[in-house]
Amino acid sequence: MLDYVSGIITFSLIYVIATVGLAVFTGFTGLFSLGHAAFFAIGAYTAGILTYFYDVNFWAALAAGIASSSLVGLFIGYPTLKAKLRSDYFAIATLGFGEAVRVLLENLDITQGARGLPGIANETTLPVVILLTVLVLWVARNFVHSRYGRAAIAVREDFVAAEMMGINLFQVRIRSLVFSAGCAGLAGGLFAHYVSFIQPGMFTAALSTQLTASVVAGGMGSITGPTVAAVLFVAVPEALRMASMWRLVAYGFLLVAIMVFRPQGLFGFREISWQSCVRCFRRKPAAAGEGAGR
Amino acid sequence: MFIQTLVTGLAIGGIYALMAVGYSLVFSILNFSNFAYGSIIMLGAYIGYYVLMHMGVPLALAVLLSIAGAAVLCFVNERMAYSTLRKRNASSLYFMISAMGTSIFLENLVYATIGSRFYAFPEVLTQQNVSFGGVSIGLLDVFAIVFSAIAIYGLHYFLQNSKTGIAIRAASYDMQVCQLNGVNVNKVIGWVFLLAGGLAGISGMFLGMKYMVYPTMGWITNKAYIAAVIGGLGSLPGAVVGGLILGVLETFVSAYVSSVVRDVFSFSLLVVLLLVLPTGLFGKFLEEKV
Repeated sequence: MLDYVSGIITFSLIYVIATVGLAVFTGFTGLFSLGHAAFFAIGAYTAGILTYFYDVNFWAALAAGIASSSLVGLFIGYPTLKAKLRSDYFAIATLGFGEAVRVLLENLDITQGARGLPGIANETTLPVVILLTVLVLWVARNFVHSRYGRAAIAVREDFVAAEMMGINLFQVRIRSLVFSAGCAGLAGGLFAHYVSFIQPGMFTAALSTQLTASVVAGGMGSITGPTVAAVLFVAVPEALRMASMWRLVAYGFLLVAIMVFRPQGLFGFREISWQSCVRCFRRKPAAAGEGAGR
Repeated sequence: MFIQTLVTGLAIGGIYALMAVGYSLVFSILNFSNFAYGSIIMLGAYIGYYVLMHMGVPLALAVLLSIAGAAVLCFVNERMAYSTLRKRNASSLYFMISAMGTSIFLENLVYATIGSRFYAFPEVLTQQNVSFGGVSIGLLDVFAIVFSAIAIYGLHYFLQNSKTGIAIRAASYDMQVCQLNGVNVNKVIGWVFLLAGGLAGISGMFLGMKYMVYPTMGWITNKAYIAAVIGGLGSLPGAVVGGLILGVLETFVSAYVSSVVRDVFSFSLLVVLLLVLPTGLFGKFLEEKV
């Protein structure tokens, strides 16, 4: 039972890492990526292949996974972002990229095609994942509060105005894309060493969609909102095992419902922090109106 | 061999063109990528399969029913998922997310209720060949070419000559001015989705007959997006030309190079095209509206 619970936590935290990465990109630059499963897959395969075939150290393999997915992020982002593709074109380009990577993985020799890589060393443990999640959250938080993050928010709100203020649109976008690709790669590497079996079928558009769904549901423009949403999206269906067939149905329904009824996402632009929790508890009895308003 | 490949390519291209036109139609008016379109195509195929196999209606009627069913579904989709956003003047990002939600919802609803089984149409329809100047060509391919041509021409005629068609074209230029001139934009958009759904029904039937009917068959609309981008998003002649180009190129690549690289080829074509010719062949504009 304890194994089961820790398994769910590990799993959700892996998704949290990838989701936080995507939240930094989609939530803070306003561009919509539908190909993040590809970065996840690149990280998973790089790390998996390195430990499986070449006996590389787990941590080194993880780092290589991050490096390769960031590099691919740079590679795909440079031309598309340089050309200033408008949001639909960019989404379709990333969709195409995701599918192309999956087809490649299915047909390369080193990835063993659709059979996948069985028996990757099981190195990802709960403490490792917790440590890395905290690290990623911390980096993401600093990133968002830094000069670059504030520039990104300006770009999201009104990129024409931001550009007039002297913000380099391309630089802001590519920086957050590379960061989010790296996060997805890290999550992929952890995933490969946790389930110890990867195959191209795991990294379909459904995974990209799940990540995007978490970001949207959690609130675009927030880091903690998507984190909570990612945990909910992994843990709740896991707890209700029998509902697994209907899980994705509920996802889709939820996405539409959120867009129709609460487009800013569950948490909007707000962050959940220690202070906001304290405030929430303290003010409720005293000034209910103010507490509810926040 | 060459002519045979060309005809097969044209047949596939015709179906791509149908899908791309339906997709472009919505894009030209609402300026967003309707990711739910693939699921509508898939449901159209299911409807066609069901009425043909279980209710025993003739094929022509099955096609008509599939067209009608898909059109209604597309219309309902608009009213449920997009009309509220439209009233709020939401940005296209929200439309896209809503469309994606619809697509996940429908696809997995089919998984959960009907199951992931593959259904095949009876072989009588798919295995017939016609010989033509020494090469034998599948009857279905010929039908696909003829039927897509008729459907696209019919749509073109409708858009050029009917009052609704003129309103649709006007709305695709400028919705607000169109509204000021007394056009009921709500109704026009309803028509657009009905028409797009009708095209989804036809293409769903053909895809189902050529390949099979299964829950994820809607992903083939990725190709329709590519076709639409080749021609220029939002342009209907562009969608037709783009669909034909993509279908023929793909068939030639899979015939002369390898069928494995076919998809990689189309996706890299997409990326390259976006870089060198972002507006496509007949594109209207690229700059985001301020």
